[in-house]
Formats: sequence, C-alpha cells, structure tokens
Amino acid sequence: MSDKVIKKEELPNVLKILKETYEVFVPVKEKGFYRFKVLEDENKVDLNFTNTRLSPKSLLFPQSERMFEYSLDEADEDAYVIKEPPKDYAPTVVVGMRPCDAKALRLVDVNFVNPEFKDPWWARRLESLTLIGLGCKEPCSTCFCTSVNCGPFNEEGLDVLLFDLGKNYMARAITEKGAQLLKLAGVSEDATSDLNKQAEESKAKAEKQIISHVPTDKLKEKKAIDLFDASFWDEVAFACLNCGTCTFLCPTCWCFDIQDEVNKKKGDRIRNWDSCMFPLFTLHASGHNPRSEKVQRVRQRFMHKLKYYLDKYDNGVACVGCGRCVNYCPVNIDIREVFKLMNET
Amino acid sequence: MPDNPYLPYPVRIQQIITETEDRNLKTFKLGFLNKDDEEQFKYIPGQFCELSMAGKGEIPIGIASSPTEKGFLLFTVNKTGVATKYLHNMDEGGIIGVRGPLGNWFPWKEMEGKNVLVIGGGFAFTTLRSSIVYMLHPENRNRFRDITLVYGARSPGLLLYRKELAEWEKRNDIHVHITVDATDDPDWPYNVGFVPAVTEQKIKTSENSYALVCGPPIMIKFTQPVLEKVGFEPERIIMSLEMRMKCGIGICGRCNIGDKYVCKDGPVFSLAQLNELPKEY
Repeated sequence: MSDKVIKKEELPNVLKILKETYEVFVPVKEKGFYRFKVLEDENKVDLNFTNTRLSPKSLLFPQSERMFEYSLDEADEDAYVIKEPPKDYAPTVVVGMRPCDAKALRLVDVNFVNPEFKDPWWARRLESLTLIGLGCKEPCSTCFCTSVNCGPFNEEGLDVLLFDLGKNYMARAITEKGAQLLKLAGVSEDATSDLNKQAEESKAKAEKQIISHVPTDKLKEKKAIDLFDASFWDEVAFACLNCGTCTFLCPTCWCFDIQDEVNKKKGDRIRNWDSCMFPLFTLHASGHNPRSEKVQRVRQRFMHKLKYYLDKYDNGVACVGCGRCVNYCPVNIDIREVFKLMNET
Repeated sequence: MPDNPYLPYPVRIQQIITETEDRNLKTFKLGFLNKDDEEQFKYIPGQFCELSMAGKGEIPIGIASSPTEKGFLLFTVNKTGVATKYLHNMDEGGIIGVRGPLGNWFPWKEMEGKNVLVIGGGFAFTTLRSSIVYMLHPENRNRFRDITLVYGARSPGLLLYRKELAEWEKRNDIHVHITVDATDDPDWPYNVGFVPAVTEQKIKTSENSYALVCGPPIMIKFTQPVLEKVGFEPERIIMSLEMRMKCGIGICGRCNIGDKYVCKDGPVFSLAQLNELPKEY
C-alpha cells in the first residue's frame, strides 16, 4: 500500500469514522501533562505534544487489573473455586503513540508471550489494538532513541505511522491491520512524491536533532557477573531514594504483584504494577531478602534493562531511549551515564 | 496447564498430617475436584506448584509426592506467613487451588545409570522425598545404581516423614543415614551430628555419582566443600533454590538471579550453573 495523505482539517472526520468501530485513545492534556484517554470530541484533538508523561503501557497492562473472582460464601456451590470473569476486548485504536513507546511494547511482548507461557490478558489486548504512531519531528534533549535500535520515525510495533508535514499528515501503513484501518477510515488519497520527499527530510532532520547518544556495543560481550561485581554501583545508587518513579514511568518495566482482595463474601485476585525499587519486592516470608540493600535494587534495575534482558532474549537492550526516567528522577540519576559506565568500564 | 496459566485447578484437602513436634510443618494431601484436571497434571520430581487460597493468595511449594503415587498430591508446608498460617488452620475437606506443575526438575535423564546421593536438611526435604519415592518405585529402581540418603534435622521430632524414613532404613536397595544435630534420647538409633560431618564420614567416593542437595543455606555452605573433597564436579552437584515468587511462570519479574528466573529456569540448578550467576539469593 502506498503512502496516503490526510489533510489536517480532515482529521476530525477520520477520527469520527474510527469511533464508530473502535474505542479510540488520543493524547489529552491534563494538569499540564499529556496522557492517553478515550476520545470524546474529535474536534478538540491536540497532537502538538512531545510525549505523554506516563508511558502508554497501561493500555495493554493496566496498573491494576482483576484476574479472577471467587465466592467465600459456604452456601455457594462453587465457594472457594477461583474463576475467570468475562472481559471486554473491544477493538481499540491508539492515535499519536510515539515510536519509542510502540517499540517498547515489542520489547515487553517477549516477556508476556514466550514459547512456554502466554499471558492471556496481554495477548488478547494486543490483538485488539491498532496503533497509529506519530513520528517525532521535534525530539527533546533527553531523547536517545537512535542509540538503542529505535528512532524518531521507527516503525517497529506500529500499524500506521503519521508524518506531520504542516498542513497534512502523511500516513504510512506498516501492517495489514493498519492498511485495513486506513481503508475503513476512508483515507485513500495517495501521497505525492513531493510529500514523500518532505517526509524523508523531516525524518532525517529529526534524527540529526537527537544529540544524546549512549554506547551499547560492548554490553553483549561483557560477563553479567563482572558487571554485577563492578565497583561503580555504590556511586550510581548513592542518591537514589528508591521512590520507584523510574519503573512507574518506564515503558519497558513490566513487573507486577498478585494480591487477593476480599469484600464480605466476595473476593478478587488482582495484579498490580510492582517495582524492583521496593524492598518488599523480594522479601521472603522467612525474613530473608536477597535484595535488602538499596544498591542491590538499583543494580537490579539497570542490569535487567541493559544486560539480563539483552542476554536472555537477544533482542537488544530493554530501553527505547524515551528519556522519561532521566526527566523525572527526583535525584537526577541518568541512565545514559549508566550505559557509559556499563559499556566502558 | 489450563489455557490461562494463572488459573489454579480446584482441589480438596483429603488429609492433613502434622509432621513435626513443633507443629510448624504439616503435609497436605490434595485430590483434584475434576478428573480431567488430574489427567492433565503431569509432573516430574523437583517441580513445584503455587498453592492458591481464595482470599489469601498463593505460595510456591515443592511437590512432595511422586508421580508414581496416583490419585493425590502431597505438599509439606512450613507455617511462616499469612497464606501458610491460613492453610495450617484449614480443615480436611476444605477447597484450595493448585497451579502447576511449575519449574524444572532434577536431571533424571542424566542420572540414569548413575549412583545418586541425596542430601537433605530440615524441612527442605519435600522434593527429595518425591525423588526417593520415585527412584525406589519398581518401574524406576533399575534405572539408577546405588542410592544413598543423608538426611538430618535439629532434633528427632523435626524430621519429616519419620515413618517412611524408618521403612527406607530397613530396605536393602537404599543406604540411609539419618542424623540429628542433638538429642537427649539415649535410645536414639541413628547418627548424631551435623549433615556435613555425617556426609564426610559416610560418603567416600563420587565415582559415577550425582548429588542432590537441599537444605538451609548454612548446611549447603558446609556440605559443598565435603562433596568437592571427594571429587564431585560442580556439574553433578544439584540444588533447588527458593525465592519470593508470584506468577510462577517467568513473567512477573521478581525471582530472578541474573538472567534466570528461579520459577521457570529453576528451581533446580547445578552448582556449575550457580557459579556463573550473581550471588543474589
């Protein structure tokens, strides 16, 4: 399918058509920050954002999710039997996802869907989702996506990629799912070769604007145990408060906890996001804790992203260079510095 | 496993056996509510399950029964936290869930035709019980050569499966060395001494042998040099690890040691494998 054009004034109309078939998510500005929310008024959609503060991972992997339900009422025939409640997996479109966040979903997917086990909730949501990405024509100073197999116009994980070209968007269908969606939305006008050229220029310009780079070339060959025993971890962890902001915002952090919650005679089994920054994460019932020290937990986070993941899946590092953790860390711990320490010492 | 790997099979507690004199360890004999689930549940000694108590949560526990024992599963549970305390207070007939079998198993293929030395300490004897029952089964006994057991606890009343230990002791197809750290029983018929010391006394060769070692960290720490001294290679010293777990299927992210998840890539590791991993367990 050749690249298509959507005139900016036609975008509300396109969204309106999509709304008839899909649940549509768009970035919405709230209290100074953008986040993905269900589209209400297609005439008020604002795609002039850098990125959402929270990563969109919660669209597939909600911060809190009911897994099962059960009755604790002895009078019920199926008391104490744990059951899966029905769930809705309506077709959903996300409009305006940044390429780094889409790539992150691909990185996380190998965890949730692996050769032995398939996480049913993640897998079903991913199937129901169509992702319309928006290339970053103005990347910010903390972006370093081009160093980690990604980029401001990276296509991996997206179904459609939009190029913002002034009065028009150029829409590139990346998957069959994306092509079908464009067809359904009535986007049929082919992009002119001139528009195509503009898109390529915009992409090249954005890539050049990314001035932050991290080295990754030696991470693979280093031994995990040597990196684990490296002398720099105390320094990296020194200022850390173990607040968990980095894991909360990170598009590739997926750890979760499972808890039972009971109200009178009904109970739910729920999974909640968890964080390797918290000492409870690894605390045994006996009191033993393999990561009781702050430095062990900080090391775990970086080792997981930049070494264990790399070794386990041979899928690159578990970082897409979005820069969220750099921007929001209250004590300015900078993963770009840790890349350098791990790659070069 | 069912299509949803987080969904437990419902089981009924058929019997509860108090194992130790401090009443902190009980064995739960579980039967499947649905025949189909029972047929689907195929396990190998060394694996574990998540026991699932509605309203309380899940706990990872080694399977103490052997697949050669049909119609039930056994789990021996130490009373430690919220879920185990609740389970200890349940009655026979109660309904819980079982999710599994999870994790890997002892290297049964590699151990065929070999001598097997089993070393256990305290309540870390559950999957070792499974292994011994499995090996002693008439269908399997010929697959292995000499089987030797060294099993110890702090006192006689803290040994698990005492009736079975006494029966194994009488058999001639397994060498059994039972020991306690100390006892005031003048008629105690077995050994007195720590597991590493008794191992050193009784085990003189590593020829053609594998060692399965499960116990508290302090026991493992002092047993390891004893085994190395008689020539056990790190590839043939096999251990089973514990870790805080939730999902049990390598997804939730908490039980890793380096790039290995104890729940999925373990819980069974050889010493050679552990030597390659960070010491974070």
